[in-house]
Amino acid sequence: MAIFLTKESKVIVQGMTGSEGQKHTKRMLASGTNIVGGVNPRKAGQVVDFDGTEIPVFGSVKDAVEKTGADVTVIFVPEKFTKDAVIEAIDAEIPLAVVITEGIAVHDSASFWAYAGKKGNKTRIIGPNCPGLITPGQSNAGIIPADITKPGRIGLVSKSGTLTYQMMYELRDIGFSTCVGIGGDPIIGTTHIDALKAFQDDPDTDLIVMIGEIGGDAEERAAAFIKENVTKPVVGYVAGFTAPEGKTMGHAGAIVSGSSGTAQAKKEALEAAGVKVGKTPTETAKLAREILAG
Amino acid sequence: MDLFEYQARDLFAKHGVPVLAGEVIDTPEAAREITERLGGKSVVKAQVKVGGRGKAGGVKLAATPDEAVARATDILGMDIKGHTVHKVMIAETAPEIVEEYYVSFLLDRANRTFLSIASVEGGMEIEEVAATRPDAVAKIAIDAIDGVDEAKAQEIVAAAKFPAEVADKVAHVLVTLWDTFVKSDALLVEVNPLAKVASGDVIALDGKVSLDDNAEFRHPEFEELHDKAAANPLEAAAKEKNLNYVKLDGEVGIIGNGAGLVMSTLDVVAYAGEAHKGVKPANFLDIGGGASAEVMANGLEIILGDPDVKSVFVNVFGGITACDAVANGIVQALELLESKGEEVNKPLVVRLDGNNAELGRQILDDRNHPLVQRVDTMDGAADKAAELAAAAK
Repeated sequence: MAIFLTKESKVIVQGMTGSEGQKHTKRMLASGTNIVGGVNPRKAGQVVDFDGTEIPVFGSVKDAVEKTGADVTVIFVPEKFTKDAVIEAIDAEIPLAVVITEGIAVHDSASFWAYAGKKGNKTRIIGPNCPGLITPGQSNAGIIPADITKPGRIGLVSKSGTLTYQMMYELRDIGFSTCVGIGGDPIIGTTHIDALKAFQDDPDTDLIVMIGEIGGDAEERAAAFIKENVTKPVVGYVAGFTAPEGKTMGHAGAIVSGSSGTAQAKKEALEAAGVKVGKTPTETAKLAREILAG
Repeated sequence: MDLFEYQARDLFAKHGVPVLAGEVIDTPEAAREITERLGGKSVVKAQVKVGGRGKAGGVKLAATPDEAVARATDILGMDIKGHTVHKVMIAETAPEIVEEYYVSFLLDRANRTFLSIASVEGGMEIEEVAATRPDAVAKIAIDAIDGVDEAKAQEIVAAAKFPAEVADKVAHVLVTLWDTFVKSDALLVEVNPLAKVASGDVIALDGKVSLDDNAEFRHPEFEELHDKAAANPLEAAAKEKNLNYVKLDGEVGIIGNGAGLVMSTLDVVAYAGEAHKGVKPANFLDIGGGASAEVMANGLEIILGDPDVKSVFVNVFGGITACDAVANGIVQALELLESKGEEVNKPLVVRLDGNNAELGRQILDDRNHPLVQRVDTMDGAADKAAELAAAAK
């Protein structure tokens, strides 16, 4: 099963003809993703050859969806145009839009999120500023390296790209059902809670690893959700205990404001909800192993 | 990016929010001419990005131009909660204040939208009002697409129970303030106090604005708003090189790829430091996914130039970038720095994992640089880096 993305997923790439888009389309194809098209209004009708696989370019998301039955779009367009690209995906009612682009203005993210709501939330948005998601052995939508780990029964949801990779690596011998990078921006589409809910309902996931970081209160709300709704074991990790107040630590959303958004508060909230929280990524992986070993 | 009061005032004025006249200066003598123009009296206000400056003596009335110069002399250079005053605003004196209100727009992360906060009890910190008199604080969600029109502004006015005689004026402030918020790509615009004066007018007497750095691509004017004087010299140098760097107060220099992994590296080093004289991370530095030799060299140059740094921990997980490329980057970076005549004399602990890790480790082992030590695990490498820093402390 897995969540959000399976081998049945038909994927298109908005911004496929740009340098990042080309590089990662090639990588996604190499990891078995069923890519059925790209979108670029100025190059509609062209075909791009990726090591022998020919991918058609469509003029719009709507056109691509109609002609290919695509149900996932991965967005690589530059930050200036990302809002319009996401709105185009929402208008086409594509079920999943994965927004890789980083550096998006928060007013733009707020706009496309509000727009999705007005259109009835028919499109699940993951990101922006995220590595995307991978269901190992089935499909890879985004920039997560496909060869770190194998299919397995751990579900992973994380605000951070490289910590996602690190955790996949730590537990590579056990394997993962799906790994979702939700991004570290102040406004994101899919949250920890959305992923936790999907993993709870996924018969192929036995344990969930949740990675958070400083800023906002998403982890605290996830903790409350876990307490009420998640019966599967959850292991957590929070980054940023040593981050100073008022400084943005790389991710636009990673900032401690006054006394809110601290790693300590998040850790305490998760522990109060029965989540085992590791002090380091390695220790977190060890906690997951212990639970799985019974 | 948080703005100074005078920058916020300028933005408000540009978008039609009623404000008093005021000009910013950095030498006391300039206060004279401005005060003369303002009719012979003024308020001298310290420009610092911290609350409580009034209580600290950073806001003074001046009844004459001479007095304005004297007050500016007092205030310039003053220390307010660790912030040195480099600029003062010479502002028009406020007409008699009858009432003080509070209005703001801000990002509401939890609800993924914007929020309006309004209160008829302004003049103090809104958190304090919310804690002591929650009924006096109205919070209204704002739809990011619909925004704030006259009707929405009246809804906020009604929710916060503004008196009828100022309702339309406050609504006008809200509409213009929303315009400021959207057109400036702000994360926060706050007016406190919004004063009702004897004439019945409402005027923004003080304000806070925080802008979204990610929106700089459509705001070339942001460049001029950066407070270059306050930036740490290492942070300023890193910014010039497009490096994502934050100076901290420890001894272990950190370089890593990916914001989350670097934050995690800081934590792991701090834990390891508990057993090594309490050494701590000296900085945050994310060299991003690419981690080319040039970026690595730029990063190393900044960190080795920090006199507080006693050891360096390079923590890279090869995702998209293969570790052999990262290892080559480290070797080339050291050679590049040495060829530039830079003194490279601090021990480097390197941990490489992930894509082509074995190859990368082999490259470092073959190069056998006297300052570079390789440790295979993140926790182990953090411990080694902390130990080396403690030994040099």
